[in-house]
Amino acid sequence: MIKLDNISKTFGNQRVLDGLSFEVAESESLVIMGPSGAGKSVILKHLIGLLQADSGEVAVMGHDMNRISKKQMQELRRDMGYLFQHSALINWLSVFDNIALPLRETTNLSDSEITDRVMEVLSLVYMQDAHPKFPAEISGGMQKRVGLARALCTNPKILLYDEPEAGLDPEMSAEVSRMIRRLKDELRVTSVTVTHSVNCALTIGDTLAVFEHGKILLSGPPTEVLNSDHKRVREFLGAPID
Amino acid sequence: MNFIERAGAKYLTPMFMASGFGMSVALGVVKRTTHIPLRWRSLLDQMHLSGIRSLHVVLFVNFFIGMILALQLGYELSRYGQQEAVGFAVAISMVREMAPVMTAVVLAASVASAMAAELGTMKVQEEITALEVMSIDVTSYLILPRVVALTLVAPMLTLLANVVGIIGGGIIAETQLNLDYDGYLTNALNALSDPGFLGLPKSLYSGILKSTIFGFTVAVIGCSCGLQATRGASGVGNSTRAAVRNSIILIIVLNFFLGKLIYT
Repeated sequence: MIKLDNISKTFGNQRVLDGLSFEVAESESLVIMGPSGAGKSVILKHLIGLLQADSGEVAVMGHDMNRISKKQMQELRRDMGYLFQHSALINWLSVFDNIALPLRETTNLSDSEITDRVMEVLSLVYMQDAHPKFPAEISGGMQKRVGLARALCTNPKILLYDEPEAGLDPEMSAEVSRMIRRLKDELRVTSVTVTHSVNCALTIGDTLAVFEHGKILLSGPPTEVLNSDHKRVREFLGAPID
Repeated sequence: MNFIERAGAKYLTPMFMASGFGMSVALGVVKRTTHIPLRWRSLLDQMHLSGIRSLHVVLFVNFFIGMILALQLGYELSRYGQQEAVGFAVAISMVREMAPVMTAVVLAASVASAMAAELGTMKVQEEITALEVMSIDVTSYLILPRVVALTLVAPMLTLLANVVGIIGGGIIAETQLNLDYDGYLTNALNALSDPGFLGLPKSLYSGILKSTIFGFTVAVIGCSCGLQATRGASGVGNSTRAAVRNSIILIIVLNFFLGKLIYT
């Protein structure tokens, strides 16, 4: 479903991705953890086509992201959802209109079909009652859930989560993580999540990859990675050092 | 790099990049004019924001501009016994130059800055990126309604600015220069009777043409500065400042070249 092969990316003098390679199978949930500023979000931006690799290949659903046309990119993005770190809801639109926006702009659905779909995805994130409210009138956790509903409304095959727990208290963070896991199990979507939270990684991930200096240090099932002997991985994840 | 190369890299490269980006925004808007019927609701909202909400400032400023022109021109003309010509001078000055320019400056300060701040905030909060990720055409959805609205609103405001400016001049003519108001008005209307394109008064349509171009320019600069905002709140502040500064510079420069083009 997703394949990165030896990709590199440099901003100015800083090499952010340095021969990075990984694959994500259909319906798999990959969680990427790494230090702040290491370039985790840059990986997601390559997957959604907001950035292009300097070298190497990025393939998403069979499309080479370095050679994809603008039109193909637009079609591909309709099959992808993106949950932003700070939700990125349009502040002058209500919760309902925020979710309806991609449906109104990119599909030919009628108003009643759009209403049905919006209410359906709002119910998936337990936010049916909040549809007339504006982003400024709801909490950070609720904004995150609305962002998730917006990412889900076009029935994406791939979901990208950029720090879904950012800015949330531990209880809300755990709730959002559980919600993402439930959606993954129910909808069978492929997902890539960038996070700093071990709990989030354990809840969401089928595979956990620890990323630093532009490369994956270690990847595997979350519990195996957490219990690994890799010194740097143990330091980063906060495991006691022998 | 030597001093000249460093200065060029620091000042000229960003300036040319910003200009190129502004031109690409303008071109993008022109290419999407067929989308206007799809954006009518947003267009009306923007016309309300940029037109109705700026109306009082435009009228107030131009009323005083008309009074200032009448006062200064009246004093000077009276030294040559020509104070009756003040209506002519005020009308020509207002309609050709002052109303289009002052209206555009007010719009740059109030509307272009608001556009830059709004879009800049959206940019730094990743809302623009979110639209791109959702395959939504940012130019059609956000930029087109703003640019078309200001392009339509600027000439309308300028027409009203002409009227209040001439009235303001008339009040000064009557109260300070001891001229008859009706005579002043007849004089002013005579000044605007020179026929031009399609028999319309040339001074009037040249001013309206200028203000239409100013409206388009100010909106494109406001939007493109907002879309180039980076680095949080200070970046939004910088983009807002750049929008007002660049708009005013371009209004003045364009005013000269358009005046030269129309009157030669």
